[in-house]
Amino acid sequence: MSTVAAGDHHDHPESPYSIKRWLFTTNHKDIGTLYLWFAFIMFLIGGVMALVIRTELFQPGLQFVDPQFFNSMTTMHAIMMIFGVVMPAFTGLANWLIPMMIGAPDMALPRMNNWSFWILPFAFAMMLSTLFMDGGGPAGGWTLYPPLTLQTGDALPFVILSMHFMGLSSIMGAINVVATVLNMRAPGMTLMKMPLFVWTWLITAYLLIAVMPVLAGGITMLLTDKYFGTSFFNAAGGGDPVMFQHIFWFFGHPEVYILILPSFGVVSSIIPTFARKPLFGYASMVYATGAIAFLSFIVWAHHMFTVGMPLAGELFFMFATMLIAVPTGVKVFNWIATMWRGSMTFETPMLFALGFIVMFSIGGFSGLMLALAPVDFQYHDTYFVVAHFHYVLVPGSIFAIIAAVYYWLPKWCGNMYSEGLGKTHFWLSTIFVNLTFFPMHFVGLAGMPRRIPDYALQFSDYNMMATIGAFGFGLSQLLFLVLVIKAIRSGKKATSQVWEDAEGLEWTLPSPAPYHSFSTPPAIK
Amino acid sequence: MFAIKRLNAWLGLAFISVVSGSAFAGQPINMTPGVTDISLEVYDMHMIAFWLCVVIAVVVFGAMFYSIFAHRKSRGVTPATFHESTTIEAIWTIIPFVVLIALSIPATKTLIDMYDTSDYDLTVKITGYQWLWHYEYVEDGVDFHSKLQTSISQINNDEEKGENYLLEVDNELVIPVGKKVRFLITSNDVIHAWWVPDLAVKKDAVPGFINEAWTRVNEPGIYRGQCAELCGRHHGFMPVVVRAVPEAEYRQWVAANAKPESATEYAAISE
Repeated sequence: MSTVAAGDHHDHPESPYSIKRWLFTTNHKDIGTLYLWFAFIMFLIGGVMALVIRTELFQPGLQFVDPQFFNSMTTMHAIMMIFGVVMPAFTGLANWLIPMMIGAPDMALPRMNNWSFWILPFAFAMMLSTLFMDGGGPAGGWTLYPPLTLQTGDALPFVILSMHFMGLSSIMGAINVVATVLNMRAPGMTLMKMPLFVWTWLITAYLLIAVMPVLAGGITMLLTDKYFGTSFFNAAGGGDPVMFQHIFWFFGHPEVYILILPSFGVVSSIIPTFARKPLFGYASMVYATGAIAFLSFIVWAHHMFTVGMPLAGELFFMFATMLIAVPTGVKVFNWIATMWRGSMTFETPMLFALGFIVMFSIGGFSGLMLALAPVDFQYHDTYFVVAHFHYVLVPGSIFAIIAAVYYWLPKWCGNMYSEGLGKTHFWLSTIFVNLTFFPMHFVGLAGMPRRIPDYALQFSDYNMMATIGAFGFGLSQLLFLVLVIKAIRSGKKATSQVWEDAEGLEWTLPSPAPYHSFSTPPAIK
Repeated sequence: MFAIKRLNAWLGLAFISVVSGSAFAGQPINMTPGVTDISLEVYDMHMIAFWLCVVIAVVVFGAMFYSIFAHRKSRGVTPATFHESTTIEAIWTIIPFVVLIALSIPATKTLIDMYDTSDYDLTVKITGYQWLWHYEYVEDGVDFHSKLQTSISQINNDEEKGENYLLEVDNELVIPVGKKVRFLITSNDVIHAWWVPDLAVKKDAVPGFINEAWTRVNEPGIYRGQCAELCGRHHGFMPVVVRAVPEAEYRQWVAANAKPESATEYAAISE
């Protein structure tokens, strides 16, 4: 098995400790690092917004914030977490890992890669600045429904422009992934020999290219409705507010699969390593991912069951949505079959991956319940929905990202993290994430609507519990920060292999991986 | 190092305690079966789906936790090498598919029932405003606004909160028990949603469009709900209160509240 070609004289960046290096880098490892640190900073900011929300909801009554500001917190929290944390974090993982996993020297379009990243700090600075504008930040929900969103003040054009920039970043990043995966695999690595993480990102990239332009169209129509006299969403002018919802959710539903598919790839990398057994049903896993991606295009109106759709439409979307449970279930069963009769150890990446499987599945169960349209009339716009999507996104996507960091950090920086601290981080995160979000199922079923700063007395106890959980969860993530920095600066040296049974080209490289790796393609057995 | 192992053991114990001991008495944790035939169908569907998920969870997580316990390196297990089986993949694709078909049959029936607004006995036009509701009884000629009645001092924690905090209004929507009431729902400004859990009625109020819904209440009583679509600053402060009364009482209420001109107008048109 060949390793990095010797005599690679550009094995380190020029002027490693300068701003120039980071501003102008075209190196996939540097850009991956930039995305990951950016995502973590956004995670802390979005997390503080969540804590503002939970503080106000600690007890009934209005104690801390104006209801309008509360609404801007719920709106911005979602925008930050979706567009500023999960998507950039997965893009960071894609940048670091895809070239190494396929034996390529870098991404296909390295300069575009740099721009894809650097758009983001600019876009988010603009987005966050809207909180200080006349009329306040956007407060109509991250879903931006008109007419309410058109009541936003001066902030609206900046929110829309900022989202255009984020979309541009995502589309360019996706094009880069597709071009890299389709053209730069080492000879001998056929598509069906690629690691599943590469497959899930390839499919995610196609979803991004397909739907980000649709969001761009929808938000531009909001802009022209407010400032240029169009009536796309105004019935008095012949338009329809519900049309925005169709446009938005045609983007929005594939978007949530964009947020989860790379997680499936991460978990599919980690479980076989720590079970010391190959991934069960590789081909099925690829087909299941493809099926989920295809189905994600034809279910969007399950976010709109109460909007007044004709019966036939409502039934179609119910059936199509229920169907997604099948390929998703196949994936869960395949992971368990991978574990079955393996020889497992439970290092931190494995703990997070196992936690993912259990808690993502719980989110999946509430998702199946939500798919039943007549019952959704009782769930829609309540905390039952909030519980559902937080389960799939937090102990779902976020746990997968954390698992990925623990798993690949030794390869990136050359040092092991402290296993004891890692396990502590896992248990604290798991306890608090459940304390925060499980009670939300109850208050939602009991009748508490979403997006309200104050609530009736029968919802008090569980809200108090959720707030305590939220603070615990937030503080636990500071432990993660400490742990990562400690590892980078003073962790124990890691080997190439790092994990006893890890398979894949990245584990044939030294740890830390050289600045330029696979300048000559490796031989694939 | 040992200290950290100890800490993790205690945390693991705490986790199990939290998960198993979360029976908080006194506060509602489930959907209401409600007071209409439809709301009961919806509740039953919800409970079927819930128990189905519990069964699946027990089986799937059971297998997973057993594996975690039994198939671990510390027990000296040698890993197997199998990594595919078309048969088992087919089985665990087809069985869930069949289960879903079974689940969709009662769901379809209930949805069809919910959409059938024919043969109604009376109609109420509901208009959402920022931030209150307006009700207009088309045949009986009553119309009024319905606003939150909880005082600001309760909301600002200067006064103790009443039993129906945030769920009380000045003028309730009064409807007769046992009659099919059709709702025509729209909005004056942004999208709202009219929701009463005990009736299992939730429908978006979209400006410029009229949505239909219906209910037939079986038991007299007061049923409280809230706006269920973010509509701005006071979205959390525009509740819905429905008072269902026997028909005779309803007729008296109409007589006391109707505007005679509107009732006569409707009667004239509908001839």
